[in-house]
Amino acid sequence: MRHPHRSRMKGAIMLKRFAFACALLVALPLHAENQLGGIRPDTPLAEESEAPQIPPVINADVKQVRNYPDQPPLIPHKTDNYQIDLNVNKCLTCHSRTAVEDSQAPMISVTHFMDREGQTLGTVSPRRYFCTQCHVVQHDAEPPVVNGFVDVDSVLDNMQGLGTGGE
Amino acid sequence: MMLRFLKRLWFIIAHPATHLSLGFLTMGGFVMGIIFWGGFNTALEVTNTEAFCTSCHEMRNNVYEELKTTIHYTNRSGVRATCPDCHVPHSWPRKIARKMQASKEVWGKIFGTIDTREKFLNKRLELAQHEWARLEANDSLECRNCHSMESMDITRQSKRASEAHERFLFTGEKTCINCHKGIAHQLPDMHGQDMFGASSHGTPPMTTGQGGSAEVEAYIRKTAD
Repeated sequence: MRHPHRSRMKGAIMLKRFAFACALLVALPLHAENQLGGIRPDTPLAEESEAPQIPPVINADVKQVRNYPDQPPLIPHKTDNYQIDLNVNKCLTCHSRTAVEDSQAPMISVTHFMDREGQTLGTVSPRRYFCTQCHVVQHDAEPPVVNGFVDVDSVLDNMQGLGTGGE
Repeated sequence: MMLRFLKRLWFIIAHPATHLSLGFLTMGGFVMGIIFWGGFNTALEVTNTEAFCTSCHEMRNNVYEELKTTIHYTNRSGVRATCPDCHVPHSWPRKIARKMQASKEVWGKIFGTIDTREKFLNKRLELAQHEWARLEANDSLECRNCHSMESMDITRQSKRASEAHERFLFTGEKTCINCHKGIAHQLPDMHGQDMFGASSHGTPPMTTGQGGSAEVEAYIRKTAD
């Protein structure tokens, strides 16, 4: 048994779907031609763009600003072929507590000695052992997508300037 | 019987040749000398190539594979080091001495000392320690065959590298291998090993449950004595 009302409703839904599919078909090529930016600008979808040159790693040994206080500091030097495994941690050969006198490198922070309960251990906590999980090198490259990040200081300054109050 | 043969041999050696001229013997000795010496040296040089080293799976599948990712195999200028550049001295007497030592490696090959990956990994620390000791003893001679201190322009190095070289290399406080262990191959388990000579850094973290307080106390009391 067929309900006439239900079948009419079904027809309306089908019509809507059809219209949506048509709109998509029209919109997709437009989108592909006009709005594909970022990593592959101005390259038609079916073509392969020329790969950009791999930018070099910044090796200046100059500390870079942190974008927020608890950001893991960026690595200001090359770390090619640094071995970090069960056998050895190449980073710690300079950044460990006992190595910094010789290396004059910054010591890993005290948080790295804490386990997840906040208990301070005698050596680096296993969960903080793999440095490159958080700390990364930087490449000398223009980001393909513009970053709209605003530093908290400039936000605070701005609010204080407007008098809306940071406090 | 044997004695008579030896006597006859001695007679031939001790008496001048009756039918061969002095010129023939001299020239013959000279030519044969060139052939034998040339042959020996050619064979020696064949054993001194990367192709020879990597003809055994122990070297090809372990250390050679690791070398391929490092700067001594692939780099911007395409100048590269092969196995003997770092592991065999270049000057002849030292090379012969090293080659005689290496006869133990033939023994190892025959009896399969490191013929599986597991055996190799278990023995890797010992093998590495031999090389570190050798390079420490000869003041990193094989490194310096290419990297000379005189030609090293530290103004073209990164800040961190130039400071370290100025402080440790130029003062003679340390030699290349003290800091550059694992430059061309993966490092073995460095727990308790000296990365920089004097004291040990960069060892893996303590695992939980390792050493109770009683053991700690016992150790402290022992070091206090």
